[in-house]
Amino acid sequence: MNDIERHEYDVVVVGAGGAGLRAAIEAHARGARTAVVCKSLLGKAHTVMAEGGIAAALANVWKEDNWKVHFRDTMRGGKLLNNWRMAQLHAQEAPDRVLELEEWGALFDRTKDGLILQRDFGGHRYARLAHVGDRTGLEMIRTLQDHVVAQGIDVFMECTVRHLLKDGDRVSGAIGYWRQTGKLVAFAAKAVVLATGGVGKAWKITSNSWEYTGDGIAMALEAGADLIDMEMTQFHPTGMVWPPSVRGLLVTEGVRGDGGTLKNKSGERFMFKYIPDFFRADTADTEREADAWYEDKRNNRRTPDLLPRDEVARAINSEVKAGRGTEHGGVFLDIASRRPADYIRRRLPSMYHQFKELADVDITKEAMEIGPTLHYIMGGIRVDPDTEATTLPGLYAAGEVAAGMHGANRLGGNSLSDLLVFGRRAGLAAADLAKRTPAVRVDDAQIGAYADRLAEPFQRSGNENPYQVQADLQETMHDLVGIIRTKSELEEALVRLERLRARAARVRVSGTRRYNPGWHLALDLDNLIGVSEAVARSALLREESRGGHTREDYPKPDPEWGKRNVVVRQRDGRLELATEPIPSVPDELRGLIGEDKPTGQVATGAPAAVGGTS
Amino acid sequence: MTAETPAAATNIRMKVWRGDDTGGAFVEFAVPSDPGMVVLDVVHRIQATQAPDLAVRWNCKAGKCGSCSAEINGHPKLMCMTRMNEFAPGEVIAVSPVKTFPVIKDLVTDVSFNYEKAKTVPAFKPKPKEADGTRRMYQEDVDRVQEFHKCIECFLCQDVCHVIRDHEENKPSFSGPRFFVRLAGLEMHPLDTNDRLELIRAKHGLGFCNITKCCTEVCPEDIHITDNAIIPLKERVVTRNYDPIAWALRRMRGKKDEFAPPEPEPPSA
Repeated sequence: MNDIERHEYDVVVVGAGGAGLRAAIEAHARGARTAVVCKSLLGKAHTVMAEGGIAAALANVWKEDNWKVHFRDTMRGGKLLNNWRMAQLHAQEAPDRVLELEEWGALFDRTKDGLILQRDFGGHRYARLAHVGDRTGLEMIRTLQDHVVAQGIDVFMECTVRHLLKDGDRVSGAIGYWRQTGKLVAFAAKAVVLATGGVGKAWKITSNSWEYTGDGIAMALEAGADLIDMEMTQFHPTGMVWPPSVRGLLVTEGVRGDGGTLKNKSGERFMFKYIPDFFRADTADTEREADAWYEDKRNNRRTPDLLPRDEVARAINSEVKAGRGTEHGGVFLDIASRRPADYIRRRLPSMYHQFKELADVDITKEAMEIGPTLHYIMGGIRVDPDTEATTLPGLYAAGEVAAGMHGANRLGGNSLSDLLVFGRRAGLAAADLAKRTPAVRVDDAQIGAYADRLAEPFQRSGNENPYQVQADLQETMHDLVGIIRTKSELEEALVRLERLRARAARVRVSGTRRYNPGWHLALDLDNLIGVSEAVARSALLREESRGGHTREDYPKPDPEWGKRNVVVRQRDGRLELATEPIPSVPDELRGLIGEDKPTGQVATGAPAAVGGTS
Repeated sequence: MTAETPAAATNIRMKVWRGDDTGGAFVEFAVPSDPGMVVLDVVHRIQATQAPDLAVRWNCKAGKCGSCSAEINGHPKLMCMTRMNEFAPGEVIAVSPVKTFPVIKDLVTDVSFNYEKAKTVPAFKPKPKEADGTRRMYQEDVDRVQEFHKCIECFLCQDVCHVIRDHEENKPSFSGPRFFVRLAGLEMHPLDTNDRLELIRAKHGLGFCNITKCCTEVCPEDIHITDNAIIPLKERVVTRNYDPIAWALRRMRGKKDEFAPPEPEPPSA
């Protein structure tokens, strides 16, 4: 064990997407000795793929906008399951976080007055997303990356953190391996911030990259932290469906924000059939009003094409199941017939390029074929809303890996702002904790045990192929824990997950430790399967339909379930589930949200639901 | 797009360079094809079915992250944006690691050169805010810098640049096209106040570039690296150092004399 590379920091941030980099910047600024550890090269994290924009009530385009409206939209979009305090802090602080990026060199698209331009997105009452064409994530990550480098913060690139180390009940560091050499590396840290993102790679059709294997969620679970809302997974309504090699690839909501509309194979704008009562007062019910809303928000209601993502994804699913889909099992997203070609190329350059290069489709001339793709998990590690402290001392979580902010469904654009607001808060709190903490201890016995586990896949006698096990996991989650769920299928998923876990334990890795993706995947499988089980068990427990969790056997929201989070924790190697009340919204904020609650059957695509949904 | 069904799928043959810093060779693989496949799909299929330890970097698989750079039949490209139907049916495609950076394993190279150079770029330093506390910039003023911000750091421009591709000895004194794009983005930023011109000349080695435009040709983001970044930077450096009127004005205003020796001769490439 003496040959294991060791480092000591005040704060170790795991993950270098928006949340991780923002956390590191803040911790460093507060005087903490800070390191960022990331699986990929710096600047390649999933944030780079974010397209549409950052939601913040800057009120540059609509003066009527303010944090209270943003708060309301976020809570209603989350079907009121959100942690109200997170939604409040997020709405209040997002504008400052966006303006701060400008201080660090970001260049957003501009209004005619020279301010940051904002675009329309689903579930947002006003045009609210600061953006750079459709490559906002790239601008954000490069700005943060350059700032991190300029501050001289230590970055450990292509270094995978695999387990947390503990000193008694508190987290005191982490252990992982350098991808390039396969050598192990251990960090002692007074505070660890997890900013590792989600777990999309457990599903077959996903917009997520290889990195999304649930590492942070799995590590926190293993170390004893609470998870909440794991059943809340977001299927983005618009992923590419053809050709097979790009299936699931994201098509930004900005297409609809900039005027695109959804149509079935008969050319019908079907979203008008799927307006739930909860959003009826805010949503246009004629094509005329919907089209007029883009220019005049005072006198018209929002187009149903921009209902929150869960509503749109379910509607598309229902259209396809009813036989009204396209040749390749999607629906049409048409901006070509609605906006001039030069406008489309200027506003949506990446989408233009992506379809042209990968699907031979010119989106200025033809409609796109799209369908739902697993995009995001609202659930994750339970955190304190103000400090992002997890239930374990010394451990913090921010960004997609954390839960609460988005409730049952995240609005588009609220992710990038989430990363900045809560990344900063996590870095701040972690640095404060480090200041108050004398040196922490890392336990050599723990390091030794984890070192053995990391080496295990080379020594096994089985013959399972890690890539095949992952492919089978993805089929299982897609088929049985997908956009529409039911009891028998979820139970079947749990049986299959057990089998997959047994197979994963028989994965034998060939080759050396040097940059060996087969070995990396063999280790990732434990995380993927463990987190998938938390999702499936939570989904089985929640007997209602709400946001990203739709049960065919319980197709309505249940007011009692609306008051509770599903909590998952691991004790003695097994998952324990419980429900706990969500914090109740204080009176002064309840007035902003409205008194009504989500009701009525959601569109599950089952025969009874087709055609009439609310 | 060919409308092949999986049943009618043909085999693809691909030679992938396998090895490490001690040496290696092309290994030929055959895998079934699917409609719409890109080179990265084929590499992944090889990895999943025949060579589980085949090393390849990738992330987004959508041309947005710049991780999967390689040389395909000798041409620097992103594997995720290179369609298999660009090649003749039955053609054996060769995929090798980018040449300018040292091999770690198979298709993965050590690109730390770029991250070290990044540390030498002086940070963005904005001027004070407007009187009303805002930052006003007009779209026409940010357009040209937004072009530079499109860079996904795939480093294909670095790979193809002959100043470092064939001349390891130039690496310490030359930062490469990626960093001229970065520096141009800072120099032309409407809010920035830092002065990096002398550094660009002396430390980043702008003078080595003899504008052959190889970098522009391989840029997957279509950034006009030579015309819009490198040439304007060269003009600024020349104006600063060799324009007698600008020199006299600086002297009259009492600014530090930055007249400096001529730029280094371009290497014999």
